[in-house]
Amino acid sequence: MVDVLVIGSGGAGLSAALAAKEAGASVLVVGKMYPTNSQTSMAQGGMNAALGNVEEDHVSLHIADTVKSAHGLCDEDMVRQMCADAPKTIEWLETLGMPFSRIEASQSDANQDSSLFTLHSSLKTIAQRQMGGASAKRACYAQDYTGLKLLHTLYDTCLKEGIDFLDEHFMLNLVVPGDTVKGATFLNIRSGEVRQINAKSVVLATGGYGSVYHGFTTNMYGATGDGIAAVLRAGGAVSDMEFIQFHPTALKHSCILVSESARGEGGYLVNEAGERFVDELKPRDEVARAIFSQMKEGQRIFLDVRHLGEAKLMELLPQEVELCKIHEHVDPAKELIPIKPVAHYSMGGIDVDGALEVNGIKGCFAAGECSNAKVHGANRLGGNSLLEITAFGRFAGENAFKHAIYASSKPADDAQRRKDEAEIQALFAQENSESFYTYRERLGELFYEKVGIVRENAQLNEALEEVIAIQVAQKQMGISDKSQSNNQNLVEFLEFKNALLLAPAIISAAIARDESRGAHFKVGFEEESDAFKKHIVLQWKKETA
Amino acid sequence: MIISILRSETGTHQNYRLPAGEIPLLSALVYIKETQDTTLTFSAGCRASVCGTCAVRVNGREELACSYKVKPGDVIEPLQYHPVLRDLKVDKNKAKTTLKKGQTWLHSYTEAALTPKEEHLTEKQTDCILCDSCYSACPVFAVNPDFLGPFALTRAYRYSVDKREGEPKSIVDAVQQNGVWDCTLCGECTAVCPKGIDPKMDITMLRAESVKHGHSDPSFSSQSFGTPDFGGGFGFDPNGGF
Repeated sequence: MVDVLVIGSGGAGLSAALAAKEAGASVLVVGKMYPTNSQTSMAQGGMNAALGNVEEDHVSLHIADTVKSAHGLCDEDMVRQMCADAPKTIEWLETLGMPFSRIEASQSDANQDSSLFTLHSSLKTIAQRQMGGASAKRACYAQDYTGLKLLHTLYDTCLKEGIDFLDEHFMLNLVVPGDTVKGATFLNIRSGEVRQINAKSVVLATGGYGSVYHGFTTNMYGATGDGIAAVLRAGGAVSDMEFIQFHPTALKHSCILVSESARGEGGYLVNEAGERFVDELKPRDEVARAIFSQMKEGQRIFLDVRHLGEAKLMELLPQEVELCKIHEHVDPAKELIPIKPVAHYSMGGIDVDGALEVNGIKGCFAAGECSNAKVHGANRLGGNSLLEITAFGRFAGENAFKHAIYASSKPADDAQRRKDEAEIQALFAQENSESFYTYRERLGELFYEKVGIVRENAQLNEALEEVIAIQVAQKQMGISDKSQSNNQNLVEFLEFKNALLLAPAIISAAIARDESRGAHFKVGFEEESDAFKKHIVLQWKKETA
Repeated sequence: MIISILRSETGTHQNYRLPAGEIPLLSALVYIKETQDTTLTFSAGCRASVCGTCAVRVNGREELACSYKVKPGDVIEPLQYHPVLRDLKVDKNKAKTTLKKGQTWLHSYTEAALTPKEEHLTEKQTDCILCDSCYSACPVFAVNPDFLGPFALTRAYRYSVDKREGEPKSIVDAVQQNGVWDCTLCGECTAVCPKGIDPKMDITMLRAESVKHGHSDPSFSSQSFGTPDFGGGFGFDPNGGF
């Protein structure tokens, strides 16, 4: 029986695994892909920490910016912890060999926060850039590959520390016989077998649910909220599900992300007339809405970085230049980049307490985008998610180990495994007169149109009705690939089922929230209302045995 | 437009018809799976050339499906030297074990404030997405399945010259056997890397690092040529190192 079972092998999962191992736990990391395939690789702009390398900055300013952007919906203690941990987290990454972009030591001067004087002096040459909603140049970065390089540095370190990995295992359910987690069940994607892994504690690091907006998201195909759906099924709580961040600048035709750092480095947003219409460095919710209202007027919107010059673009944003050329056929050094805002990040997720333990399931912790640690509130700041996955990933790993020390080592029986095995077999036999791929697309369009940047109650209610209709139709959507092994059709169906399970939770919370706050903007209720300065928490009633 | 995909079940190429127009190969594969053949199996993730999941071979050359624009008559096959699990999906575990064997991580941190120049030294190498394209293109695997391969050696080089590495020798030591000297410097890896990394050059540099730390080309010394090799002496010989 493993001490700490980490589910999900992105940045949060790897950070949790390393911290748990360091504390003395036996650790197993299970993921549905390979570790370096995760969505962490797609994060571009940077990771916030008030190092003050480029200009004056303080942890207190980082806290204030984060709280302001959260619009009253954050837990200030959690924000304080994350922001205060940030310099130490950067230092930890530095000791692992993270290839941060650098500045000359002579450029870095006495801006350092004196409270940080115990940190390695080697941190002083880490470059920092401007992100939206930040009062200083605070985001540490590695060109526009920050997430990629963070993820690979963590992965290399996991190999060094001998962390065990189990790849290509899709989580089906948490094993929660009483009120405490005892492990989880998985579909071995390669063999088709269902297996149960027993553990003293579990860390969920399974990512967000942006792919509910299939076709209208920067997220990868698999960002279907698998862990959040599993928590709901196991009787745990989820919260703030209605808060979905729309990134202002995705490439218009492919929805591929163009980092906020493009604006941080001085890029403009312009309409067809070439006019700027918004302060580009406002938080993402405001910029996305400004673009949306221009688009409503029939304007096409562009990102303009031509004035930065080719050399600077290649130095700071090499990935963007390449992606624009491949997917949009434009050279950013010479042409305008067509963009639109699309779903990018889910602020809501698994409801956790101050120790990141899931409310409703003891011994189960959650970190990263799947978790609602209440640090982002109604709108996440750019540069805070890479920070959260690393700082809180480690915190979850440490706490999971502490739980494991006193947890019973008596494994659960295999009732959950047998139940899940029967369900998978039933899927093979299920009618498949309707293609779930068609509905996956429909669900994405529906969400973008009716549960999008600007919401209305009438449209939300229509969306809810349609989602319920899709759920009813799900009985006719089986899988047409009947292979037991390597059945991607089956995996995608299971992912779609998870997205479809979360869909009504998102919409009903959006309907309930009759106000506008951060990323949730509702016509007819355009102001923040004190009555809604609270989290909407959802939890299923546990089946009585 | 018609493209042809190698199916593992039959061992033959199957033709699929696509609507005309310029689209990424990955979009074409998704289109086929959604509308024509749900059994067609491939791996995909980010769509943006950064997760390393979707590398395949197109007309014999390694490409990321998400960035390659599909053309009429293209022949799509799985990566080489990886066990095929199904259709275009391969088992990457063995390739990944080369990272462990090569000990491609920071061995012992030493405090050092890197300059921009020192960071640029291996900036390109750290763009690696572990897509395994270079592994598939490397002809050494045809004769030596235990070769550490291009991406592992690039990563070893990247850490070995990091100023923060206090024990570069231990990295260099780990890539001597089935490592730096087994490469033929043919440059196939460099030609196919979707991120523009040059493993051939990295391996050449790693040979120089090896010599600095007291190693020498085993094929060279076994042939008793006497003087030490300063990196790549046998490089142009395709049989060098065997």
